[in-house]
Amino acid sequence: MSHHIVEVRNLRHVYPDGTVALRDVSFRITHGESVAIIGANGAGKSTLLLHLNGFLTPTAGEIRIGDYPLTKATLPEIRRTVGMVFQDPDDQLFMPTVYDDVAFGPLNLGLSGTDVEQRVKDALEKVGAGHLQEKPPYNLSGGEKKRVAIATVLSMSPDILVMDEPTDGLDPHARRQLMALLREFSHTRIFTSHDLDMVLELCSRVIILHEGEVRGDGPPLEIFRNDELLARCRLEKPLSMQGCPVCGGKVS
Amino acid sequence: MASIDGALLDFKRLDRLATGDTAIHRLDPRAKVLATLVFVVTVVSFGKYEVTPLVPFLIFPVAMVALGNLPVAYVIKKIALLCPFALVVGIFNPIFDREVLVQIGSLGITGGWLSFASIVMRSILTVGAAIVLVGVTGFPGVCLALERIGMPRVFAVQLLFLYRYIFVLTDEGSRMERARKLRSLGKKMEPGIFGSLVGHLLLRTWQRAERIHMAMLARGFTGEFHTRRDTRFGGRELLFLLGWSTLFIILRFLNLSQLVGSLVTGISP
Ligand SMILES: Nc1ncnc2c1ncn2[C@@H]1O[C@H](COP(=O)(O)OP(=O)(O)OP(=O)(O)O)[C@@H](O)[C@H]1O
Ligand SMILES: [Mg+2]
Repeated sequence: MSHHIVEVRNLRHVYPDGTVALRDVSFRITHGESVAIIGANGAGKSTLLLHLNGFLTPTAGEIRIGDYPLTKATLPEIRRTVGMVFQDPDDQLFMPTVYDDVAFGPLNLGLSGTDVEQRVKDALEKVGAGHLQEKPPYNLSGGEKKRVAIATVLSMSPDILVMDEPTDGLDPHARRQLMALLREFSHTRIFTSHDLDMVLELCSRVIILHEGEVRGDGPPLEIFRNDELLARCRLEKPLSMQGCPVCGGKVS
Repeated sequence: MASIDGALLDFKRLDRLATGDTAIHRLDPRAKVLATLVFVVTVVSFGKYEVTPLVPFLIFPVAMVALGNLPVAYVIKKIALLCPFALVVGIFNPIFDREVLVQIGSLGITGGWLSFASIVMRSILTVGAAIVLVGVTGFPGVCLALERIGMPRVFAVQLLFLYRYIFVLTDEGSRMERARKLRSLGKKMEPGIFGSLVGHLLLRTWQRAERIHMAMLARGFTGEFHTRRDTRFGGRELLFLLGWSTLFIILRFLNLSQLVGSLVTGISP
């Protein structure tokens, strides 16, 4: 798969209880783009991301990753390509120790011995969790869990990184660390976030989701200057684009 | 609930003990699983009234605990936690079976008490061996071994999931219990609320289990087991298995404690 393109066409998802979480979503993300999907609570962001890895099946519409449409046959290959970090890290950690959890993916990829060790060490180092190696995941703090969950995905060296609220629950230092990591990652990145300052800093493109539909799609500055659009979608400007409440200075 | 939760959390510790790095830990899981199977089968094959011949079998769990560097107090506590089930099974024997089988001075021991003691002894041994096995192998290792020995893969995977989901269930349970306590102001739970709580709990467990399964699939899980160590069944494993099996069989057909007893007192049985 040479080009890590993510394409969603007329995606619609209705949950079994009748909730229409996604009405009609279309976009195309090309290789190397860094895209934020933002929107109010319940806008359908998590639902959308779960489709990119085949965990939810579209009620209607189509998803293409790279050159392939997402089907049962291409699923294993697509799951190898797309690394997914869930919103709730408890969903992602299931082995007795942090080490085993991070090693789970590489072992399934068929690596062994020192290769696995190296990958685990690198991944934990990147999220600043090297010292947690031998701890059981269920005894970690919320932010530590989040970092380990991210490491479990990094250790598989995915070509496309998909994260659901990656900075949720991280302390300022860990947040900075993660932002540096995301900036370094040269492949396609897609994440949702309520941390709009991070979005502004990291993304080349922002997609606004509201009530299961795409309401805005463009460069972050353009999107965040559109007050009317933001208000309609229950969003606000990033703090760094609002006037400073302390010194009264006006930016942007 | 809180105490059950605590006990189960404690069981997770068992899994972590398996990350130790002793000679026993390094053995191929198959050797340990097979030796434990032989152990359990021999122990269970003893007659209903036999107690003393079972005593020497303690050497197996004790040796594994010592060599595997497992915390003794912890293992004993875990065995004590599971043994009440055996007590329930055996408790009626002394009532129904009053025939005196052994006479020590003026004290007559009935068959009921003998068989009760035998059941307790056998449960201590088998439960102990199982706990020690998980402690030095880890549950994934045990499943891997079962699969390599010949259990169909689907069963082995199911077993592994079952084990995980017990933890998921208790996690969810303790969270819900905490949430309920916070808002119930110390009141006892009404039956109706209990019912809805249980229903809710099963749904939540099922959903979380499904999400964890997704996470496993996302990381390339295809139903194949991998453990941290890559081991093969070599000479040491063969020695371990044959050594222990031989000992068990000798102990099965030779009443060692009686032999020692008669040597000491000079009376033959
Ligand atoms: N399993 C489910 N069954 C039924 N409805 C669901 C389910 N999961 C989510 N929903 C509903 O679908 C809608 C979209 O949910 P989703 O989780 O995608 O929102 P989100 O944008 O990720 O919100 P947040 O910012 O709070 O994470 C919500 O209205 C939610 O109630
Ligand atoms: Mg969400």
